[in-house]
Amino acid sequence: MLRSLLLTLVLGAFPASSALADNVSTFTLENGLEAVVIEDHRAPVVTHMVWYKTGSADELPGKSGIAHFLEHLMFKGTDTMAPGEFSATVEAQGGNDNAFTSYDYTAYYQRVAADRLDLMMKMEADRMRGLLLSEQDVKTERAVIIEERAQRTDSDPGALFGEQRRAAQYLNHPYGTPVIGWKHEAEALTREDALAFYRTYYAPNNAVLIVAGDVTPDEVKAMAETHYGPVPPTPDLAPRLRTTEPPQLAERRLSMSDDRVAQPYMIRTYLAPERDSGTQEEAAALSVLAELLGGSGTTSVMAQALQFGEAPKAVYSSAFYSGMSLDATDFGVVAVPTPGTSLADLESAVDGVIAQFLKDGVDPDAFARIKRQLRADEIYARDNVEGLARTYGTALTTGLTVADVQAWPDILQAVTPEQVMEAAQKVFDRRNAVTGWLERHDDSQIEVAQ
Amino acid sequence: MMMRFFFAAFLALSLPAHAELPIQKVTSPGGITAWLIEDHEIPFTALEIRMRGGTSLDPVDQRGGVNLMTALLEEGAGDLDAQGFANARDSLAASFSFQAWDDSVSISAQFLTENRTEAMDLLHLALTQPRFDADAVERVRGQVLSNIRSDEKNPDSIAAKRFNMLAYGDHPYGRDGGGTEQSVASLSRADIQAAFENAITREHLYVAATGDISAADLGVLLDGLLGDLPAKGAPLPERAEWSLQGGETVVEFPGPQSVIHFGHQGIKRDDPEFFAAYILNEVLGGGRFSARLMTEVRDKRGLTYGIGTYLADKDHAEVLSGRFSSANATALEAVKIVRAEWARAANEGITAEELAKTKTYLTGSYPLRFSGNSQIARILVGMQMDGMPIDYATTRNAKIEAVTLEDVAKVAKRLLRPEDLHFVIVGQPEGAL
Repeated sequence: MLRSLLLTLVLGAFPASSALADNVSTFTLENGLEAVVIEDHRAPVVTHMVWYKTGSADELPGKSGIAHFLEHLMFKGTDTMAPGEFSATVEAQGGNDNAFTSYDYTAYYQRVAADRLDLMMKMEADRMRGLLLSEQDVKTERAVIIEERAQRTDSDPGALFGEQRRAAQYLNHPYGTPVIGWKHEAEALTREDALAFYRTYYAPNNAVLIVAGDVTPDEVKAMAETHYGPVPPTPDLAPRLRTTEPPQLAERRLSMSDDRVAQPYMIRTYLAPERDSGTQEEAAALSVLAELLGGSGTTSVMAQALQFGEAPKAVYSSAFYSGMSLDATDFGVVAVPTPGTSLADLESAVDGVIAQFLKDGVDPDAFARIKRQLRADEIYARDNVEGLARTYGTALTTGLTVADVQAWPDILQAVTPEQVMEAAQKVFDRRNAVTGWLERHDDSQIEVAQ
Repeated sequence: MMMRFFFAAFLALSLPAHAELPIQKVTSPGGITAWLIEDHEIPFTALEIRMRGGTSLDPVDQRGGVNLMTALLEEGAGDLDAQGFANARDSLAASFSFQAWDDSVSISAQFLTENRTEAMDLLHLALTQPRFDADAVERVRGQVLSNIRSDEKNPDSIAAKRFNMLAYGDHPYGRDGGGTEQSVASLSRADIQAAFENAITREHLYVAATGDISAADLGVLLDGLLGDLPAKGAPLPERAEWSLQGGETVVEFPGPQSVIHFGHQGIKRDDPEFFAAYILNEVLGGGRFSARLMTEVRDKRGLTYGIGTYLADKDHAEVLSGRFSSANATALEAVKIVRAEWARAANEGITAEELAKTKTYLTGSYPLRFSGNSQIARILVGMQMDGMPIDYATTRNAKIEAVTLEDVAKVAKRLLRPEDLHFVIVGQPEGAL
């Protein structure tokens, strides 16, 4: 089934470190494929995922959307599978399959009965190197991704505005380009573009295998050796170096109005550090900061200040931060005004909340409550083994290690109020910020693409 | 191709024929019943509660009452105001979710074993002594109104609302369960209290639990949590008459695409032909890539990102409906294809190969659903609401297997009526049908 005759030997599994949780184990094949096995024997089900360490931020200039377009095309067959046969075979096993693309990764997964894992690996290994594409399939599928963009983005003023804001947030880094691609570039993507991206990035030494469910590490390793072991690595795989941000010296402000906006809002994002392997402390402090500031619609600092009291200025408010990112991420606040509150008033109220928080510091009761919730979240997370698989997949494709993932709960618990305030002082720098107003169509400034 | 058949044969030998679920029927000392699957691996319990009725219980002039009331259950109860309640819940690291649907109010809870009693006391407070404080009412009303305004500019919401209005007319299903700006703005505290008394009772109560709790402990929990709810609520609505004819309704809306909701009447869950209809729908419009509509509209022509159809059984009506979006220039072409596929399936039924593959998929995927405490509890409570016997999971796949090609052909003629299909098209579709 595999095209290559190159035989490779397999390295032994890593010795289980005491830091590893007892239901998670890892191994690496000689061709560079990293693997994580998460055991959950409560149901006879397995989730099989292959994550490639490539996403839209790895695209060449002018080829935006190619990572995502290739993801669609990966279901169009190999020299042993007809177009559509991959999904049809999964369905014939009673399973489901799909894929997703983000800035830093592209992932493919199947959820099947645990005794079907071998077949899933066989097929996934086959398309790691064996993709075949016809011009007709490429042409039709390109129409599909344009429809996808029309549905998700072009029909939604909030999504269009999000693209514009992100483009303003990143002056030089490719995170400023949408995953689905700018429409004019996505429309021009070709079969050769897809195959070039495929040949560069789809290889065992640029992939992570995650198997989660009713399996044992030994059987997974044996199957992986059989199916993925013979897949040849890309010998000269370049390191993931992207253009980086220069110092951001000027705050950016955007406003957009559109006929289809029902509910105006203001949103501000600040460039923020991501989780890095071995140094996750600042990201942990920012995670706690987001919870304190805007994690709960009732008890958070923003909710209490903006949504409660005599004359509330917001019907909704929130703060958000996600540290799993290969390069610099963002920390954001968003608020939806009450009727009669202007976005200018709302924004100064939000700024007032941040200023007051920087002055007052952390409320100890709220801090303790959030710590307890974060601890309990670990217990609830164990109920969703697919969620765990996604966490590991995201981590391992954004520069983190299994050890980093497993250290994270303790790092979160170890965050101090002082660290939160220090992280807040640092992140709330308006020079790094993009402030956006999405408004109803009173004074149109940007016409929506038709 | 050969490979697929090979694996299908392999499958028939080794797939579990049904889902073996150790479901216990628990009856509390006070007489409340629940379905339980014990699993002590993770120290928490997922609890799912349903009270039949939901937003359909709203009087015509108080649309949105049950929805607003349900959103207020976690906004203060007993001696706790909204922030006090949230603090107490978060301090226990419990999560509660209250939602109003067309036919029910759902209450979902996850709580740790270590503070189960305290978490259930708090949930009990919300279900029996909600405060409906004036400031909380105004705050949450503002959020509901904001959502209603957003829905008015959302093409999917516009399409769904128009379809329901045309299909169900004056029946509660014909109006949005969340209410209108006017109706929600005019709801008084007394209206909200009345909605509470109408909807939060143990008259039509369904409960499922999964996780780290014994049957005996669950019995005690049920009595403490639900035992003192009122025995009776508002009467359930009448059956909904179907008043939609075949055709198209175009709602002008700016944007690059048309969003299209379509459908006609469906089939009852307890109809002898239901399983044949279920297979038919999977072949025609199941969300999977092999379904006919997905193949014809997406894969072959690239006219949409996704298209699917659904057999939806409400308590008082049944519908077979679908949804897709397509560029304005191609939307009507896609509509024609849907009609043509509808007619083809009505006239010719499905093929033996489609039947075999669909059976394999449906029977193979069924056991895979039962994974995770929260998901299992949701399925168990749903089975009870649908009137299934407790061994349903062990007999369901046999019912799928028993469906013949002739069964599907027969139900296709009865169920699929292309001339009755109505398409609500929200956008600026170009050309003519």
